[in-house]
Amino acid sequence: MVGKSEASKHCIGELCGEITDFSRLPSYGAARPPGLSSIMGGCGIAGCMDLNGGKIRGDKIARMLSIMSERENGLGSGYVAYGLFPDHKDEYCLQFFFDNEESMFAVEECLKKRGEITRDECVYTTNHTDIPLPHPMVWRYFFVPKSSSNPKYKDPDQCIVDLVMNINFSIHGAFCISSGKDMAVFKGNGFSYQIADYYDLSRYKAQMWCSHSRFPTNTPGWWAGAHPISLLDWSVCHNGEITSYGVNRKFVEMNGYKCTLLTDSEVITYTWDILVRKHGLPLQVAAFAMAPMYYRDMELMNDHNRQLAQQLRITYKEAFLNGPFSILVGRSRPEITMLAMADRKKLRPLIIGHNEDDGMIYAASEECAIRIADNDAYTWVTNPGNPMIARVGEGIIRYGTERPFEGAFNEQ
Amino acid sequence: MNSDMWKVPDRFRPVISSLCITCKKCIKECSYDVLEFNNGAIHAKHGCVACQRCVEMCPQDAIEIQRVPETMAPHGTYTERHRRAILSQANSGGVLLSSCGTDIPYNSIFDDLLLDAAQVTNPAIDPLRETVETKTYLGSRNGSLRLSSEGSFAVKPGCGIMMDMPVMLGHVSLGAVSYNTQKALFMAARRLNILAGTGEGGLHRDFREFAPHLNSEVASGRFGVNPDFLKDVASIEIKIGQGAKPGHGGHLPGEKVSDLISETRMIPLGTDALSPYPHHDIYSIEDLEQLIATLKEAVNYEHPVGVKIAAVHNIAAIASGAVRAGADFITLDGFRGGTGSTPRIIRDHAGIPIEAAVAVVDKRLTEEGLRNRVTLCAGGSIRSSADMIKMIALGADVVGVCTAALIAMGCRLCQSCHLGKCSWGIATQKPDLVSRMDPELGATRVVRLLSAWNEELKEILGAMGIDSVESLVGNRDRLRYIGPNPRIADIMGIKHAGEGWG
Repeated sequence: MVGKSEASKHCIGELCGEITDFSRLPSYGAARPPGLSSIMGGCGIAGCMDLNGGKIRGDKIARMLSIMSERENGLGSGYVAYGLFPDHKDEYCLQFFFDNEESMFAVEECLKKRGEITRDECVYTTNHTDIPLPHPMVWRYFFVPKSSSNPKYKDPDQCIVDLVMNINFSIHGAFCISSGKDMAVFKGNGFSYQIADYYDLSRYKAQMWCSHSRFPTNTPGWWAGAHPISLLDWSVCHNGEITSYGVNRKFVEMNGYKCTLLTDSEVITYTWDILVRKHGLPLQVAAFAMAPMYYRDMELMNDHNRQLAQQLRITYKEAFLNGPFSILVGRSRPEITMLAMADRKKLRPLIIGHNEDDGMIYAASEECAIRIADNDAYTWVTNPGNPMIARVGEGIIRYGTERPFEGAFNEQ
Repeated sequence: MNSDMWKVPDRFRPVISSLCITCKKCIKECSYDVLEFNNGAIHAKHGCVACQRCVEMCPQDAIEIQRVPETMAPHGTYTERHRRAILSQANSGGVLLSSCGTDIPYNSIFDDLLLDAAQVTNPAIDPLRETVETKTYLGSRNGSLRLSSEGSFAVKPGCGIMMDMPVMLGHVSLGAVSYNTQKALFMAARRLNILAGTGEGGLHRDFREFAPHLNSEVASGRFGVNPDFLKDVASIEIKIGQGAKPGHGGHLPGEKVSDLISETRMIPLGTDALSPYPHHDIYSIEDLEQLIATLKEAVNYEHPVGVKIAAVHNIAAIASGAVRAGADFITLDGFRGGTGSTPRIIRDHAGIPIEAAVAVVDKRLTEEGLRNRVTLCAGGSIRSSADMIKMIALGADVVGVCTAALIAMGCRLCQSCHLGKCSWGIATQKPDLVSRMDPELGATRVVRLLSAWNEELKEILGAMGIDSVESLVGNRDRLRYIGPNPRIADIMGIKHAGEGWG
């Protein structure tokens, strides 16, 4: 009978998410784990934003994320803060993981060739942590790209995209984890509370936070592979598994992006950049390209919307994210914006919360994440495939329960 | 030895059992004149092709077709097949003709591929409970959608059509097949809301009503091509080559050019209908560009114009060139594809498997940033819904099906189309034989077959956790290779069974 009681004790331990013995799994910093070709797994996501532009301390988002303890197993977690550098708003904030000093020198060489580093600093991390080694160096650069006569680099955003892609692809031991303006990513290979402590998030105050905790099934922990996945000021926290990944990867590669992280979440980030920044689609229209309407439902729309929905689906069929997902998308330009949506069958959870009194908006996988932050918030769920959009200074633009394309365009 | 024409042994023999009531129906049904009534019983002569017509029609189930055992001394190198061919050519001195796809048992790569299914980390979808979509677009795409601030299209979107499933009935011309057969295929396409190919023989005036469901063919003979024909149909396909006979033209002998054919193809009664090997106005890629532009101009840019090419060694570069020349869709035809008549030497020995061709074309067009401008169609030896699904996962938007549809209508793949005596009324112009094909019945059976395939497609998509077919197109991550040659898997961009994602 001894064996049985030991077994049940073990089970209870598992249920409480207390399995922390991943010592047999190797851990990787900036360099890609050998042989890794794709990462997958379940996850928890949480985000909060002050619609009035007030500042939120980082320990609040850490509490929200950590309460969903069944959604992580200690192999990756991360946070992104927006509205972080009001004094450096016009410079790109590039944050890197470095495995060694050589990779750091190589990156700095690369940066100096393409622009000016206006300031650089070590990102604070604590020495007191039980996160398994190695811990990569985390370094921050404020960077202004050179204005170039080369038409390819005329657009500074494109210059940054190429720079980041090249560094991540070719400099071993270095990885750019965020490259936007007025924002920064803090992530690593550990539990959500470990990562929050490691970076001491309570020292940061931001207008918007998004976060992610990971439950990968069998892949090694990799600091750079943790979420949020960020490019320019885009950040994506993704819970799900994209069954159309092979198709979506083709879409981003056709548009000139290199897949360096090997995750389905990576292609989501790049897809937002293509659809909104490059092709100029309104945010919610891009959302309906990634979670398109059923043809059956298009028949019920008016002529204009039906044609738009059909063309969107035909043109961007490679951008269609099939399979279960819920995502939080952040952006700092033109204003700090949060978008939260689930797949068109709503196979992953997503709940939104709003407190009118203090202007806070919340989005999370589970209601407990909202309740621990604000017991009085009004909560609702978005419709399948329908985005909630909120913007600092403007409030809630879409609740995610409206009809598709409502409010996306100027009235004719 | 009385003759310089020696015997080539028969391969098949009808055997009549004691159940026979000598009703002689089989004698009437046999268009190859194999059976005769003699001394109060039915007897078999030479020349049985195993078309199975007599077996199907015998009211007593008294007939069985047996394979004649190989009687020549066995030889591992000079197989009986080789020796029969040598004897035939020594008899005739000519090129050996055959029909349908090659009968040589080449290894099928389809059979070496396995599909994925969802477990735990993503949910499988039951297509009977949840929506799983198979609607498919065929036509050109812009690669991006530019909208005005009012939400109208700032750039005109591409032109094309929607079909209810990712299937297109292949091209069979009136001439290669009978009036009734073509009518049955067209009726089936309309009921399924998909496209059917007209073949290169033009469009008979009776079939104008089907035009919105037809993919017309502009082949090297240009038979029946005129502005009305082009404007009526859903899409236009320039046929450069055919999988069963790449680099070859077509030859419909004068005796088959009846009133019906003469009128449709717009050629004099009884003359041979010759399709040249190349298009004599296309000797290089820029000529193709001109023809595409001309056809688009002719139809006012309202219908997609595509190019059909046989799967040959350099297929990826050729397909890329065709897209750059302005093709809205590309149709690839594999070397095992069917035909009504072809030199056996080409059918059996030229081209590459469609599986490899589709994968490399899809890869190449993606690398060149062109894949989101076109629709990729592929056909040639699609035997089952499994082949169809694997073809889609390899990279095809639309899958061409033809031989399977003809089998559903009666064809038994006896490979004797080129004789023009098809006992099922399919590959013949003889009025008494043509009347054996009931278009209504033929259409019904094709509709049943393809509806079943579409249901099977939904089952597989659901099992993979995919709820719309476009998310499978070129999704080679969801295929694994189990065959003997990992090199081909590499070329196609497919992992080996046992390799996971991470």
